[in-house]
Amino acid sequence: HTCLHIHDNVLICRNYKGDVDMAEIDHFMPLLMQHEEEGLICPVISHGNVHFLWIKHSNLYLVAMTNKNSNASLVYSFLYKLVEVFTEYFKELEEESIQDNFVVVYELLDELMDFGFPQTTDSKILQEYITQEGAKLEVAKSKVPTTVTNAVSWRSEGIKYKKNEVFIDVIESINVLVNANGSVMSSDIVGSIKLKTMLSGMPELRLGLNDRVLFALTGRDKGKTVVMEDVKFHQCVRLSRFESDRTISFIPPDGESELMSYRINTHVKPLIWIESVIEKFSHSRVEIMVKAKGQFKKQSVANNVEVRVPVPSDADSPKFKTSTGHAKYVPEKNLVVWTIKSFPGGKEFLMRAHFGLPSVENDELEGKPPITVKFEIPYFTVSGIQVRYMKIIEKSGYQALPWVRYITQSGDYQLRTNV
Amino acid sequence: NSEIFELKAELNSDKKEKKKEAVKKVIASMTVGKDVSALFPDVVNCMQTDNLELKKLVYLYLMNYAKSQPDMAIMAVNTFVKDCEDPNPLIRALAVRTMGCIRVDKITEYLCEPLRKCLKDEDPYVRKTAAVCVAKLHDINAQLVEDQGFLDTLKDLISDSNPMVVANAVAALSEIAESHPNSNLLDLNPQTINKLLTALNECTEWGQIFILDCLANYTPRDDRESQSICERVTPRLSHANSAVVLSAVKVLMKFMEMLPKDLDYYGTLLKKLAPPLVTLLSAEPELQYVALRNINLIVQRRPEILKHEMKVFFVKYNDPIYVKLEKLDIMIRLASQANIAQVLAELKEYATEVDVDFVRKAVRAIGRCAIKVEQSAERCVSTLLDLIQTKVNYVVQEAIVVIKDIFRKYPNKYESVIATLCENLDSLDEPEARAAMIWIVGEYAERIDNADELLESFLEGFHDESTQVQLQLLTGIVKLFLKKPTETQELVQQVLSLATQDSDNPDLRDRGYIYWRLLSTDPVAAKEVVLAEKPLISEETDLIEPTLLEELICHIGTLASVYHKPPSAFVEGSRGVQHKRLPGTAGVSEAPPAVIPSQGDLLGDLLNLDLTPPTTTGPPPPTSGMQMGAMDLLGGGLDSLVMLCDPQMAAGFGAPPAVMPTSFNAPVSGGLDDLFDLGGGVGMPMGSYSPPKTVWLPAMKAKGLEISGTFARRSGVIQMEMTLTNKAMSVMTDFAIQFNRNSFGLAPAGPLQVLTPLSPNQSIEVSLPLNTVGPVMKMEPLNNLQLAFFIYLFFFGFGLYKFNCPNMASY
Repeated sequence: HTCLHIHDNVLICRNYKGDVDMAEIDHFMPLLMQHEEEGLICPVISHGNVHFLWIKHSNLYLVAMTNKNSNASLVYSFLYKLVEVFTEYFKELEEESIQDNFVVVYELLDELMDFGFPQTTDSKILQEYITQEGAKLEVAKSKVPTTVTNAVSWRSEGIKYKKNEVFIDVIESINVLVNANGSVMSSDIVGSIKLKTMLSGMPELRLGLNDRVLFALTGRDKGKTVVMEDVKFHQCVRLSRFESDRTISFIPPDGESELMSYRINTHVKPLIWIESVIEKFSHSRVEIMVKAKGQFKKQSVANNVEVRVPVPSDADSPKFKTSTGHAKYVPEKNLVVWTIKSFPGGKEFLMRAHFGLPSVENDELEGKPPITVKFEIPYFTVSGIQVRYMKIIEKSGYQALPWVRYITQSGDYQLRTNV
Repeated sequence: NSEIFELKAELNSDKKEKKKEAVKKVIASMTVGKDVSALFPDVVNCMQTDNLELKKLVYLYLMNYAKSQPDMAIMAVNTFVKDCEDPNPLIRALAVRTMGCIRVDKITEYLCEPLRKCLKDEDPYVRKTAAVCVAKLHDINAQLVEDQGFLDTLKDLISDSNPMVVANAVAALSEIAESHPNSNLLDLNPQTINKLLTALNECTEWGQIFILDCLANYTPRDDRESQSICERVTPRLSHANSAVVLSAVKVLMKFMEMLPKDLDYYGTLLKKLAPPLVTLLSAEPELQYVALRNINLIVQRRPEILKHEMKVFFVKYNDPIYVKLEKLDIMIRLASQANIAQVLAELKEYATEVDVDFVRKAVRAIGRCAIKVEQSAERCVSTLLDLIQTKVNYVVQEAIVVIKDIFRKYPNKYESVIATLCENLDSLDEPEARAAMIWIVGEYAERIDNADELLESFLEGFHDESTQVQLQLLTGIVKLFLKKPTETQELVQQVLSLATQDSDNPDLRDRGYIYWRLLSTDPVAAKEVVLAEKPLISEETDLIEPTLLEELICHIGTLASVYHKPPSAFVEGSRGVQHKRLPGTAGVSEAPPAVIPSQGDLLGDLLNLDLTPPTTTGPPPPTSGMQMGAMDLLGGGLDSLVMLCDPQMAAGFGAPPAVMPTSFNAPVSGGLDDLFDLGGGVGMPMGSYSPPKTVWLPAMKAKGLEISGTFARRSGVIQMEMTLTNKAMSVMTDFAIQFNRNSFGLAPAGPLQVLTPLSPNQSIEVSLPLNTVGPVMKMEPLNNLQLAFFIYLFFFGFGLYKFNCPNMASY
């Protein structure tokens, strides 16, 4: 397939296979506009026998064209990978950064994909032999990019640190969907373990979690364990090893990376519970009362809590009253945002809002957006997952320190309202 | 122009830096779409440089313009050959990568030698690039690649020590094999499979996808091999890349077909598939969309995998519309008694949203739940009534369309709501909703006091209605007439004449004539046909046809799985390509020859019926007494109908000839020709077309007897004309035939006359007169006619074969 980035007109393109006429891209924008107008946007658009698979990043469209029965999930994964690589190279992926760096962009496009087959897409490795400054390249010129084809394609040899450390962040996001009558329709936890690796050489790491399956396998059952519904690993983790004995063993990429993510399906009590009464008096006013309650341990504190309450688009003259924090009207988003910097567990707070409504009402039907909540609770994981150990072995035999940090935050946290 | 001129000068500068800047400018112009092909020789002159960046830029230029300047492109060949031997592997790889992108026939043969060297290069980076180059070259000149033996070299690379080389070799071979389906290129055997599975653990995420997609084309020899491959593929379900997960799911879904269901491992595998599929819904929206389209297939093939996962498909407010619609579809498929309360609550919530397409689908989903989960039907109906009360126009219309289906599924149960529906008659402006409402009125005419008024109100604008509304109106009024004949004669005449006389639509005209003829000749039969008990609609709607579903499962993750269409439907030049099928099911999905056990009732019937005079076939033909009775029933109304009828038609069916109004001559003869070709009348064209014979029963399905046939009309009698061919080794005797119940009441009017015996390799032409007085049963499709054929074979004894006549359509 062929890959293009376009704005209003084509910014840069690369024809990988020569089987699609590049002029076909001219049909993309009109078709997309047409679909948007009909309210039927779709990530796949076809014109004749050409299929456009596209994603949008800020104001850029990244479009892949194909006339074969291509692997669609591969195409989208690749397009997102492109965004990732370009963002790491140019900080921002935008029109200017592409135009200013077109030589590197071409080089990258050549290295990332060949004849429609994605190749090396690890930006850290790419940066070793494709750089923005030509001068550096002269030095790297004779260097064989061994990492590219190594079995360990995500880490180069010869990395050196004075102090060997690895920082582990365990971040859990809570997704909740609560019905208007207050019943929890669905909830789950999506966890992520992120590493910042500052280790020399080629270290072998082993991560131990209080994973119930692992404990059952090894016969040890000490303390609280966690059942992970599904686990996803970075390329570096030996998947067959995990499959056979639940050991998480790997040679880490240098610097920051997401080692793994997991999903836990257990029913979690929403950590911040919202009760709301929204009364709409047509042609006159809207009255909003929101009660927020911290349903977590008293010792913990939720930081930067934001309760976002939808209001009708034609509302005006806002008035607020809060028992803590402050409320703000964001007219461009039709929201009241109630911010509470620090929200201790077990506490309850109240916010009242009053809006006027015009006598001639907007007759356009409006959706029923839910109340959403954002928060962060440090030093705490809602699932109770724990890092039991991180073993670090390198042939030079250095001592390395692992640091662990836990945090729980809101994910997709939605509470439907009656209005 | 001056810009080109300036660039030309700079390109020929002595200063390296200036040259490089000039080439950059050229590429920049190229990028924004300016034609800089005139600079071809000057740019190519810069090719011989030590500067890697400059070289890359020149190569980029070459790829773009070589095709338009094939003669000049030859100038580049020497540099390619030289660069392929450069000490720097980056340059060797760059040269071999670019070479393949220069789609100029003339120079490809010069590139074979460098490519051959690069395929054996010591550096894996060069080898993996060369592997892809073979696919490129094959695309330009397949014959050359084969003659040069590159395909064998490529196959050898599957055993390469470097996993990335293996992955690219697999990708290249798969690509080539796709365009040459019979080449047996990917000659997968347990040894190569083992190599692929080993490389799977070591190569990049993309390489894993190539390998998994390739594995999916393999058919394991037995369930043990199938299981051991599955065991080695399942770890991939934990990969962070969604595409790796979906490709692994494809392999597992396919190989699972070969595992016995009672095997413990089968259950384990089913359980392992659910969590990763659910996790795909946390990916980016486009990947979610692909995942959902595939989950839709997986749920149809193996509903047990996700049956407990309903909640994850609940729609979120901020989901893109394409994700919302797909989630809804899956919610309906997973709806069951266990989760229906929650599902309904959700659907009701969605039905009050603002996005029209989504709301419509939600309303429709409520109806589908009612049909699928009987226990919930009542709740669904009351939810739908609530929604009708909202008076939101498109909600009301959707609700009426689905309530019609609910009536079909649960007759005589929810008719109390009809009054509410009728209140909304005026607001219906969409054909589907209008047609549904008309169907309801016609179907329940006896319970709706003003049914005639309601239907009449639609008649005024008859010709402005869409075909589906017209057809429904015609049928609805005929139903009404048959139920309330006394008050509605005028109405039925009106609609019949609107349909037959004033319409150009052949379907509408034909249906009008059928009703007309039925009503005029045999009102009892008309009642039997028009008011026949309808088969219940099935629980699951929108199911993908099983063989297509099987094929799509083999294409999980690809565009085919997103479109729910086979690749042949949207990829040019893939028509000849074999459709993929699931393993182990080849014999099952193909309908086995339907040999009916000899102790079956059918055989008994057959022996009784067809070996004796045919008068006893089916119910006796209607006697004149019955006919008279029917006439009485309809009284004068029918008389007037008959009056309008073609005398030939009436004569042909035993009704008394009537005077035909001359004004009616033309449309009737035209129409009836279409319909039943009741030829033989004065002024009627005799061109009775009979379609060519087609094979109805292939020899392999009937121990050597091949039957091909067609239908024809000879002097007013429908004939079934068959050619019987004995392709067996032995003699056949004692032929008999039976017609199963069919939509038209077709039955033999005489015995099957076959000169026995039929020797091997002998063919015989048989013509069997038919009449239409046999038992009527509505078939799906309507023109499906099933025959049972009975023969005696020496050595084999009696055989009875059932088959369908496909070309009934013309009748």
